[in-house]
Amino acid sequence: MLRTASVGLRTRRLRAALSALGIMIGIAAMVGVLGLSESSKSDLLAQLDRLGTNLLTVQAGTGIGIGSGELPSEAAGMISRIGPVEQTSTVSAVDANVYKSDFIPEGQTGGITVQAVDINLLDTLAGRVADGKFLDDATAEYPTAVLGSVAAERLGIREVTGTQQIWLGEQWFTVVGLLDQFELNPDLDRAALVGMSAAESYLNHEVVPSSILIRVDPDFVDDVTSVLAATANPQNPEEVEVARPSDALEAKEAADDAFTALFLGLGAVALLVGGVGIANVMVISVLERRSEIGLRRALGATKRHVAVQFLGEALLLSAVGGIGGVALGWAVTGVYANVRGWDTLIPPIAIIGGVVAALLIGAVAGLYPAIRAARMSPTEALRTA
Amino acid sequence: MTAVLSENSSTPTSGRDIVLSLHGVTKEYPTTPPVRALRGVDFSVTRGELVGVVGPSGSGKSTLLHIMGTLDRPTAGEVTVAGYDIDDLSDRDLSALRSRHIGFVFQQFHLLSGYTALDNVADGLLYTGLNLRTRRDMAEQALRRVDLGHRLDHVATKLSGGERQRVAVARALVGTPSIVLADEPTGNLDTENSDAIVDLIRQINEEGVTFVVITHNREIAGAFPRTAGLRDGRIEYDTGLSHE
Repeated sequence: MLRTASVGLRTRRLRAALSALGIMIGIAAMVGVLGLSESSKSDLLAQLDRLGTNLLTVQAGTGIGIGSGELPSEAAGMISRIGPVEQTSTVSAVDANVYKSDFIPEGQTGGITVQAVDINLLDTLAGRVADGKFLDDATAEYPTAVLGSVAAERLGIREVTGTQQIWLGEQWFTVVGLLDQFELNPDLDRAALVGMSAAESYLNHEVVPSSILIRVDPDFVDDVTSVLAATANPQNPEEVEVARPSDALEAKEAADDAFTALFLGLGAVALLVGGVGIANVMVISVLERRSEIGLRRALGATKRHVAVQFLGEALLLSAVGGIGGVALGWAVTGVYANVRGWDTLIPPIAIIGGVVAALLIGAVAGLYPAIRAARMSPTEALRTA
Repeated sequence: MTAVLSENSSTPTSGRDIVLSLHGVTKEYPTTPPVRALRGVDFSVTRGELVGVVGPSGSGKSTLLHIMGTLDRPTAGEVTVAGYDIDDLSDRDLSALRSRHIGFVFQQFHLLSGYTALDNVADGLLYTGLNLRTRRDMAEQALRRVDLGHRLDHVATKLSGGERQRVAVARALVGTPSIVLADEPTGNLDTENSDAIVDLIRQINEEGVTFVVITHNREIAGAFPRTAGLRDGRIEYDTGLSHE
């Protein structure tokens, strides 16, 4: 049966290839979209796994009528007394600018902020040092700074030599470390970080927390979230903003999901068009092959034999398109995931679904031409040969 | 041949050796105005016969062939093929009857262009339920029978016209049908190839195969042991009737 069904395809290869291509593109689009979304999702999950979803931040609300932009100085202490809180780390914005040297005009701040931080900040944020090291008990006392990734780039510092100095708050600070991007707190990428004591002694900074980073027991994230504002600022809890940075990553993924749905829709449209293409080719094929139909009827084919032959041909076309589409979608996903450094993950449902969808479309597209071929009277078919 | 005929003519009504019989067959096409292609045709073929049916175009030759081949049903009258009254048979049964009892040879050969000679002939058995290997073995024998043993694996399009028609004859023979119906088998051939095909048909007939050859060529039909003339949907003459 397969042999007979493939006659038409083997004798009209180009046409068969082109009509299978329609289905192939549709299936490839769907498999690719599902594969890419799965691969990126797995990457995100790995990222969340690494960073943890148990980080909360408390920030003083800023804006008209909301407050001063500062948290009470005892806020960190209060928060650390909440049971499930494992770690707190305070960040205090310093009113100072950073320049590459003292020759740079005052206006060219490069958008770099100065933040006085606790030495456990890196640990709390699950951040990584790109070069040098983070502030420790010793360096936090002296005019030394660690640069966020964007700040380092803007200051033109690519590695730590131990002798580089930056002009920070009208003083020379030595750069001791460069950081990788903070995935959970991108604001700090644009900052020069100095120790609390150094800020107090060299920059005349009065340490008032502008934000507090909190690691909590993962099982109690919601409980802690609900009491954080009141704990941080019992007088004005409404002036406190509580956030969970991992939510932002998840929201980004949700946005990606919306795109996935859109592309799936486009894939479905391509598939539909591919199906129409197959139906079209089959109808033409039935007309062109009237004499073959007549001959087969003369050789003893029943109507059913003829219908099965043409339906089989449509199914074969769509199967070729479906399998080719899965392979193409897989390849595209593999290449893209490789470029992005993700693992290539194709959900099995996409593979099975892709081939099944192609076959279904082939069956629907082939049904009408097959019935038409079967109903053709043998004498009519032979006469027009 | 004559022996066969005379033997048959002694028991014409026993039906045992009548391969094909048409009785009062009329075929009307429901066009406007209706066309009466056949008007009360009585015609029968006995096993082992070689009959030429000759007539000008429009005489009803093709319609007669289609009805003899069970590709079409008559408007009125009886058709019996290999002992089966086709009135009693469903469309599906007719297909089975054709696959087992009737071989066709067409003017346009009707070979499948992508297939080799062997597979074209093997397709003559496609609807008999035999497996591919058996079909190919039988096809090879049939091709050797028409002297095409050296062309088994040639694709149909690479064969000459004469060779193609030989392949078509082999395809008609491969299932050892009760009767072979040939529709203008020489119509698309030059004189030389045409003569060769006629010779082939005679030779195969001598081996015992029953043939009805439909043609507009009086010369070809006249050379066969029995000739029937068709005109305006009626059998005008039939040299076979003189034997009865």
